[in-house]
Amino acid sequence: MSALFELDGVHVRYGAVHALRDLRLTIGAGERVALVGANGSGKSTLLRVLHGLARPSSGRARCLPTNRQAMLFQHPYMLRTSALNNVALGLWLRGTAWRQARKRAAQALDQVEMGELAGRNARSLSGGQKQRLALARAWAQSPEALLLDEPTASLDPHSKREVENLMQRFSAGQSATMVFASHNLGQVQRLADRVVYLDHGRILADLPVHDFFNGPLPETASLFLKGERIL
Amino acid sequence: MNTLLESVQTALRLIVSLDPVLLAIVGRSLAVSVTACILACTLGMAAGAWLSVAAFRGKAAVLTLLNTSLALPSVVVGLIVYLLLSHSGPLGFLGWLFSFKAMVLAQTILVLPFVTALVRQAVGDAEADHGEQLRSLGAPASMRGLLLLWDERFALVTIVIAAFGRAISEVGAVMVVGGNIDGYTRVMTTAIALETSKGDLPMAMALGLVLLTVVLALNILGAMVRRWREQRDAGGASILAREAL
Repeated sequence: MSALFELDGVHVRYGAVHALRDLRLTIGAGERVALVGANGSGKSTLLRVLHGLARPSSGRARCLPTNRQAMLFQHPYMLRTSALNNVALGLWLRGTAWRQARKRAAQALDQVEMGELAGRNARSLSGGQKQRLALARAWAQSPEALLLDEPTASLDPHSKREVENLMQRFSAGQSATMVFASHNLGQVQRLADRVVYLDHGRILADLPVHDFFNGPLPETASLFLKGERIL
Repeated sequence: MNTLLESVQTALRLIVSLDPVLLAIVGRSLAVSVTACILACTLGMAAGAWLSVAAFRGKAAVLTLLNTSLALPSVVVGLIVYLLLSHSGPLGFLGWLFSFKAMVLAQTILVLPFVTALVRQAVGDAEADHGEQLRSLGAPASMRGLLLLWDERFALVTIVIAAFGRAISEVGAVMVVGGNIDGYTRVMTTAIALETSKGDLPMAMALGLVLLTVVLALNILGAMVRRWREQRDAGGASILAREAL
């Protein structure tokens, strides 16, 4: 299994705040990794480093080139134009001719069962539909890795399920690597095969999903797990 | 009070009878301000969008200067353009002083910082909120500027309307560089100042009413754009509400 992402002693600072501290992490092709931890633990910063949106203050990050990976945000940004154009734009920005981009965008919308909404202004879509649209935008680019920053955090249960199903289809269909941050432990169990637990910018646990939920954990991770389960 | 009423009555007569002198002044005013506005908006939108996405040393100083230039008195702009265009000035060879072109240049310089600063604010806010996602899609800085400019087009309409309002209602700059020459560089604001000083209040009032009507029309247009935008957003929300049911 070849490594797509390799972080060695990565440290990220924003002024006086240490977002990531001495991080060592390797993610191989085809892995489905969940990043868990309390708010402010560094999950989003780690995803941004992997995606090339944030630079380490020190340490070495060897990541898949940005044009071979895609990232989904908690609140996906859609331009004030049709759903189809929003998906096509992602392809066009990566060098696909506009007409070809629209053709592939239409196929991607069908994949997320949004073909009927192709002409609808993307700004008028619901949160769940926007997230599915963002998945279509990522999917259309056939990325080798998909990074997701709490993609279902602000969705209702039905939309959550739909997006989760698409994530499952994405990782199964394209055998792509998937790294996602989530507070939803059920989702982590359903979608991940490896869990990385972060606390104050440090990795405290990096275990296969079964071991994370059943094996012994460092105290803070164990407390977090209990708290999240109670909630 | 009688003078005011008589002035208003005479002014309305001049407007209704389409007085040729009045029409010529109004037409010239509109031509100067529309041309200046097109130039200032083209340059200002490009500069504002670029300032929103570009990262360079001294950006904070540039923004401070830009914000300071918002408070430039129009008469000072007129003076600077006068010095530039006067025979001994660096642009004296153009022979533009006391011409239509000089007035356009003065109004463009007056409105340019206004457009640039407002566009930078609108696009800068959008860049702060969404720039990272556009970067994630592979958009370089220049493309982000263009995409966000296009995406904020409704806010830009309001900025254009406000810029035109500022251009057409200013008097100091066009007075200094245009010279208020009858039939050549006389515009609404300079004519109002002149006619008032001469005591020809009906003509001044007629021009004042036209100027107010133009500004009122602009405000109505701005309000209509805002309302149309709100209705579009509400339309989207109602579609969502229907789907939820």
